[in-house]
Order: sequence, then structure tokens, then C-alpha cells
Amino acid sequence: MTILMQAENIRRHYPVGGGLFGKKGIVKAVDGVSFTLREGETLAVVGESGCGKSTLARVATLIEPPTDGELNLDGSVVADDAARARLRLSVQMVFQNPFGSLNPRKTVGAILQEPLEINRRGDARAREAAARAMMDKVGLRQDQFGRYPHMFSGGQRQRIAIARALMLSPRIVVADEPVSALDVSIQAQVLNLMMDLQDELKLAYLFISHDLSVVRHIARDVMVMYCGRPVEHGPKETIFSSPQHPYTRMLLAATPSIDPARRRQSVTIKGELPSPLSPPPGCAFASRCPHATARCTAERPEPRSYSGHLVACHHLEAIPAAD
Amino acid sequence: MSGAAIVPMPGRLALFWRSFAENRGAVVGLAIMAVLIVISVFADILALHSPIEQFRAHFLVPPIWQEGGLWEFPLGTDDVGRDMLSRLIYGARLSLIIGFSVASLALLTGTTLGLAAAFAGGVLDVFIMRLMDVLLVFPSLLLAIVIVAILGPGLFNAMLAVVVVTLPGYTRLARASALSELARDYVTATRSAGAGTVRLMFDVVLPNCAAPLIVQVSLGFAVAILDAAALGFLGLGAQPPTPEWGTMLSGALQFYQRAWWVLALPGLAILFTVLAFNLVGDGLRDALDPKLKR
Repeated sequence: MTILMQAENIRRHYPVGGGLFGKKGIVKAVDGVSFTLREGETLAVVGESGCGKSTLARVATLIEPPTDGELNLDGSVVADDAARARLRLSVQMVFQNPFGSLNPRKTVGAILQEPLEINRRGDARAREAAARAMMDKVGLRQDQFGRYPHMFSGGQRQRIAIARALMLSPRIVVADEPVSALDVSIQAQVLNLMMDLQDELKLAYLFISHDLSVVRHIARDVMVMYCGRPVEHGPKETIFSSPQHPYTRMLLAATPSIDPARRRQSVTIKGELPSPLSPPPGCAFASRCPHATARCTAERPEPRSYSGHLVACHHLEAIPAAD
Repeated sequence: MSGAAIVPMPGRLALFWRSFAENRGAVVGLAIMAVLIVISVFADILALHSPIEQFRAHFLVPPIWQEGGLWEFPLGTDDVGRDMLSRLIYGARLSLIIGFSVASLALLTGTTLGLAAAFAGGVLDVFIMRLMDVLLVFPSLLLAIVIVAILGPGLFNAMLAVVVVTLPGYTRLARASALSELARDYVTATRSAGAGTVRLMFDVVLPNCAAPLIVQVSLGFAVAILDAAALGFLGLGAQPPTPEWGTMLSGALQFYQRAWWVLALPGLAILFTVLAFNLVGDGLRDALDPKLKR
């Protein structure tokens, strides 16, 4: 499969504070993430709130430049603002909250035609035809063309948002928690729609989520992030069946299951995320990890290959295999 | 959903009118506004006399319902024999022109400055907003007086002064609503579709900031009329014999015991006009602000 996007050690830091007397700090929202997106495949990024998922999404959509690291899109390096403006159109985004991502003053038809209008593609008639065809594709009725977003339910709005993202025929769609604001009954519909569209248009998805059951449904590869860094990265099947990193294990164990046989002993993750303002020098997870040793707090583990995954942990060999 | 196909969805305008009409005061205000507009458009036909024509045989004639009233001057005459009714009618035209031009000029400048501050951020934002803070430091009428004193008295300069005095309100409002809209996802979506700053400003963000600005304009209308009248009263606005309500008031001040009508009538005209615009403004705010909706 063709490689569409390649990220090499992406970092995104934000300066914060300062003020008159305050000390200036730097938040390392994303601190060294690498991944590869291939045509027709989905990479899911999971992690708890504040781990840098959404920042990664904004960098991958080329909305924000990375502080450091290299981003390759379709074979060309995204080096400067000019390149970013040129390549931006091939990455589009679907947002978490469908109630904030649609312009309330525009009709569905106008929202769908807007990307074409901005880029001066086709004449008015061609644009309308393209918008109507896209409505069919995502399962919206033709008579809804002239309606305003407030007349739609959350699931339908998310369909509109997906349709808008696809209007410019992007190769990559970055979806930032696209179903977490929806009812559970609607989530599956929207996910299936996204998977159908992926098959049809050979799209690559960068799928941000904190919901592991959603990830299990849609992803091919999974990257688990903690405190701005990837802790484990590998194919979905083995991530779920034999997680290696202690954090991944805890995350999976915390997912409720309706099947009593599959219920694991509940493991609570104690403690808080370390402050991204002053990350510890060693492993960020050390403060909460049951296997942590003195080495973990002193030396930062780099991702290494271990049983098919990329895992950032010093003590993989010492930790007993999962049940 | 099947019901929606049969019963057409009420349009935005119909919905807006429904929630506007719930507010009685606003409807009354709108009615007064309509009357004022009709009066000022047809002032030439409605007025019996020229507003500056002096009838030397009829100084301080009382209104017709009082003893000594004349049908020729339904609301009496002032101290130099000018017909009060005609002056009030032409004054309505002048007041509406003042309100309209001041409010729209302030809206235009304030919105542009506010949007520029919100979009540019950084130094320009700080510069514009601190400038507005400086304007807000002075009591508005005092500042207006200072500006007129520098530019020289006259209706046009008074209007300019009122524009400058009311500018900070529009600028701050436009900046605040633009900033809150800029943080919304639909703006990011449009941006990632390749939209430029001008498009984002006027096609995407501005329509979504319109509601508070419309309210501000309708209230600003009243403020403009009131401030212009105040400047006229102080002798810094419209100069006699212009039939401006504030100027009429100041000219008649010495007759308040002998001839109440020369003082009370322009005062009442100002009162009702300002009241009407304020009522409409309140109604608009209730109708346009979803947070206040029941």
C-alpha cells in the first residue's frame, strides 16, 4: 500500500505563562511521535485526556506547524508555510463536536459547496451537483440540501461534517474523536459509514479516540500515547490480545466488558498525569507504574521493537506476560 | 421526520418575528419608530409651515386646546413666532438622520477595528484595544464636548464626536464575539479548506457575530440621538435656527414658566424617540440571543 503520510519525531511545544512576574514555561504537548499512514488504512491514537492526541491531530492536519520533526505528505516534505498551504487540502478533518463544527448561518448545501468555492473548483452548477452527490454518499436526503445545521440531530450533523471533509477529495482524513459526542446507537452507524467510505475512496484515517471499543472496531494499527509520547504502537489485534506496556495493560483492563468471562481483575490507575509543564526526567508513567524502579525515574525509555510492537519501557522482559 | 415533509419548517424570519412579538414593549417601540419614519419621510407634506419661518404677529401662541390657541399653529409657536409642530416634524427627520448616520458609521468603524484586533492579535490587538480603553476613561459627554470644542460647534462635528464616543462599545463587542467564534471548529474547518483571512472575517465569522451587533446598533441609535440632543442643548451641536430638538430646548429654557410647550414638546419628542429605540433594542436582544430564550 502507498504511504501517504510519514511523521518523523514530531514535536509540538507551546510557550505558556510569562505575564509580568510569572516564570515562562513550555508545555510539551506532543514530544517525539512517529507514525506512517498508508492508503486505505486506519491508525488509531488512544490515550487519556491531555495526552496530546488533539494536538497531534492539529499538526497532522497542517493547521499548526510542528515545533520540530519532519512531516512527509505524499512524498513531499512539509517544510514551510507555502508547502503547508499547498498540501493542506489533501488532509481534511472531522471534529469531535458536530454542534460546533458546522457554520450555523449556512445551509447544508452551502456548507458542502464552500470548500469547492474557496478553491474555485467547477462552476456553480457543477459544485451543486458535487454537493448533492456527496449527500447521497453519506446518507443524507436530497430535500435536506437547503436546511440549516440546527435542524439536524448529532449523527446527521456528523454525516454533514464527514461529507464536507470529503468535498475536496482528500487522501487523508484526520478524525478527532468523531463519535464520542454521539449516542451509542448512532456511533456504530457513523463508524460504519466511515469504513464504507474508506473502502470506496481508499482513504487513510488518523483516528483519535479514547474509546477502546470504537478503536477495536475501526483501526488497523493502534498507537497508545501517554503524556505527549507514544508508549506502544502496533497492529490492533496484538495490542488488544497481548499488550506489552504496563500503561496499555491498565488502559485495557479499565475497559468494562459485558462478558463475565472476559472481565479481568479491575486494575485502577492510581495518581495523576504528571504535569506537562515539568515532565519527569525518566519515564512519564513511572509515578503510576507498579513495575517502576529507580532506573525508570532517572532514564527515559526510548521506543524499541518488542514482540511485534514498538514499546517504550525498560522492563518489558521482567514484566510477566498478560493472562 | 415524515411530518416535516408535510408541514414546511417555519423560516428564520418567521421564527424571529414570533419571539420578537412576544415582547409587547418592543412592538410598541417598533410602532413608534414606524410613525417617526413616516413623519420624517413626509415632513414636507405634513408640516404646515417652514420650520424656520417667523410669524411676527404670533409669538408664544399656546397649543390649540389652551385658551388663545390658533388652528394655524396646532402646537403653538415659540418665542420668535415659529410653528412648533413644523419644527418638531423636521426635528424628527433630523434626529433619525443623526441616529442613522452616527450608529452606522460607529458600527462600520467599530466592527472593522474589532475584527482586525481579533484576527491580527499581538501588537495590533493591544494597540487598538488600549486606544479604546483610553476613550472609555473619559465620561462620554465630557469627551464629546472636548472633541466638539476642538473641531468647532456644528451638527456634523457633534455627530463625529458621538461616533468617537460610542466607538469603544462596538469595537469591544465585535472583538469579543469574533474571538469566541474564532475558537469554534467550523472556523478551523473552513480554514483547512484553504479559506483566506478576508473570507474568514466577513463570510464566516461576521455573520455569526451579527446578533449582538444588531442589538448594539439599535441601542446606539438612541444613544446617538440623546447625545446629539445634549450637545445641541449645550450649544455645541446643531446651531439655530436648525429645528433640532436639543437646540430647541436650549433656546426655550428661559420661557419655561410662561410657555411650557416650547420646552415640554421637544423634550417629550426626545423621550419617546429614545424610548422607542431602546424598547426595540431590548426586543431584538431577547429575540436574537438564544441564551435569554425560554
